[in-house]
Amino acid sequence: MTNPRELWQEAFDASSIRNDKFQTMSGIPLEPIYGPEDGEFPGVYPYTRGPYASMYRSKLWTMRLFAGFGTAIDTNQRFKDILKSGGDGLSTAFDMPTLMGLDSDDPMSLGEVGRCGVAIDTLADMRDLFADIDLGGITTSMTINSPAAVLLAMFVAQAENAGVPRVKLGGTLQNDILKEYQAQKEFVFPPRQSMRLVRDTVAFTAAEMPRWNSISISGYHIREAGSTAAEELAFTLANGFAYVELARQAGLPVDAFAPRLSFFFNAHIDFFEEIAKYRAARRIWARWLSKRYGATSERSMQLRFHTQTAGVSLTAQQPEVNIVRTAIEALAGVLGGTQSLHTNSMDEALALPTERSARIALRTQQVIAHETNVTHVADPLGGSYYVEALTDQMEQMAEEIFAKIDEMGGGSMLEGCIVGIDENWFQGRIADSAYELERAFNRGERTIVGVSKFLEGNEEDQMETLRITNADEQKQRQRLASVKQDRNESAVLDALDRLAKDAVDPEVNLMPALVDASQVYATVGEMMNTMAGVFGRHIEVPTI
Amino acid sequence: MTTSDNQSLRVLVAKVGLDGHDRGVKVVARLLRDAGIEVIYTGLFQTPETVAAAAVDEDVDVVGLSMLSGAHMTLAPLVVQAIRARGADIPVVIGGIVPNHDLEELKAAGIAEILGPGAPASEVVEAVRRAAAGTSKV
Repeated sequence: MTNPRELWQEAFDASSIRNDKFQTMSGIPLEPIYGPEDGEFPGVYPYTRGPYASMYRSKLWTMRLFAGFGTAIDTNQRFKDILKSGGDGLSTAFDMPTLMGLDSDDPMSLGEVGRCGVAIDTLADMRDLFADIDLGGITTSMTINSPAAVLLAMFVAQAENAGVPRVKLGGTLQNDILKEYQAQKEFVFPPRQSMRLVRDTVAFTAAEMPRWNSISISGYHIREAGSTAAEELAFTLANGFAYVELARQAGLPVDAFAPRLSFFFNAHIDFFEEIAKYRAARRIWARWLSKRYGATSERSMQLRFHTQTAGVSLTAQQPEVNIVRTAIEALAGVLGGTQSLHTNSMDEALALPTERSARIALRTQQVIAHETNVTHVADPLGGSYYVEALTDQMEQMAEEIFAKIDEMGGGSMLEGCIVGIDENWFQGRIADSAYELERAFNRGERTIVGVSKFLEGNEEDQMETLRITNADEQKQRQRLASVKQDRNESAVLDALDRLAKDAVDPEVNLMPALVDASQVYATVGEMMNTMAGVFGRHIEVPTI
Repeated sequence: MTTSDNQSLRVLVAKVGLDGHDRGVKVVARLLRDAGIEVIYTGLFQTPETVAAAAVDEDVDVVGLSMLSGAHMTLAPLVVQAIRARGADIPVVIGGIVPNHDLEELKAAGIAEILGPGAPASEVVEAVRRAAAGTSKV
């Protein structure tokens, strides 16, 4: 048996290393990793200290900035700016109607078109969104869940029309429907029918899109909705186990799709707890994939994650101070070994970010990456008595929650997650934790600078924020009307007809029908309504 | 302000439109309830019409809207209009993410109170009481 250091050394030697001087400012040369011979190592099971042996010495994290507003043409401009100023991945924010699978001309879309993201109705919008961007040369992340299969189909259709075959497309679909019922609440179909669509996207990408990550299992929204760090960790990984069980049920070998699962965590303001959370997440995932699900490929066991700083930690008061909060949170993500990072802009408790504030958010990452030298040594906090103890404690708390979910599911995490949603268990725990935090703030136990203390400066004029007018909504409705006028109506009806037929048979994969419907300019709303005709719609019972 | 002063108050808290962010509305519902106010929650994805109908049917003193998606300028005035169209005069309070440059127009559209991020429990309860008493600043 080779010892962990030898395993690490072997993996490290096989890694390509960035051209950089790995030393301190005073010239002290730095090892890529520090620790005892028999301890844990990055790139070595259970990966507590990082998924890769060389971590940021090989590749810095991807500086992925989430963007999208107004029409596809506006967002395309922002995408090009991001690529020009050194960002290397695109992350698409869709507007509320698109997230809910509605068209811009739906009565429920009133006032929401292009507000929180870009409005996509048809393939024509997808074409505008990625105009003059080489989809084979960058990675694209799409934050979409209920209509994830529809938007993936449209993306594939657009790329292929632009001459980029689907095998070349790299990126990530959020496609994490379980946390929608638990936390973010952008659901359309009932849970089990939604899971069928997840299965279809997982199977489709496993077969045809080797560079695509089919699900980004997201704790971010669970945390933003009010959970604790331990609940974020446990609910997210439990959802991950549920998707693993789903794909196994569909007959996919675990090592064929587990490498395509990635995670998305929050970076909140409790610095060390966040770092412990990331470390515990890697260790738990590796152990469960290996022990419970029988994975043998390293890639299946290596948890990789995207991080976003905590939107809820931002304040509307003295918004410039948010730059500081975001920098600290981003640093936690980096010290925790994130593969990609989004930093929030200082004005996001007020509105969508301006170009200037989004640039400062990117600069924050660049300072951490290029000025601080924190990238030289993997898992720099590993071995700290404190961080190691906290890591163990996060792991233990998560295991207690897994036991409860497993029990709810009668030995299945997939069933446990669905039952927990049906019984309002996740939702109730998140709401309880949110209220507990609020009460701590109201009791004066939690200080928020500029809100509960240190208020001098609050009266100064507020900063200019981005204004989005209803003109975009009008423009988008007109755009949709003209696309509908120009398309071949009977081709659309045929495509939707086939989609409905395919939806009835749970054994059929819906992706081919969705790609074909996209190609003839069926709208997002038409495809979703067609499926809702078969699947039904989910209604949440309101509880306080 | 004591809990008993609030006991006669009934508040409808609502999510209108497509915005599913329900952390704020639930926290506010619980803290109003803990302050002795009777709270009814509509649930997600309501329209201005369904909110107005519920407000009138439930005979509430105040309607609280939680809005974080940027649709407040369109939807909040429609809620006020829908309530008035039913011959009622129930004050509407908004909480959530509302940029400063929108405040004046929302007041002009008949919104009684607007609560920004970070408002403590005491301020939320005060705003609801002012709205109910008709003593909100115009």
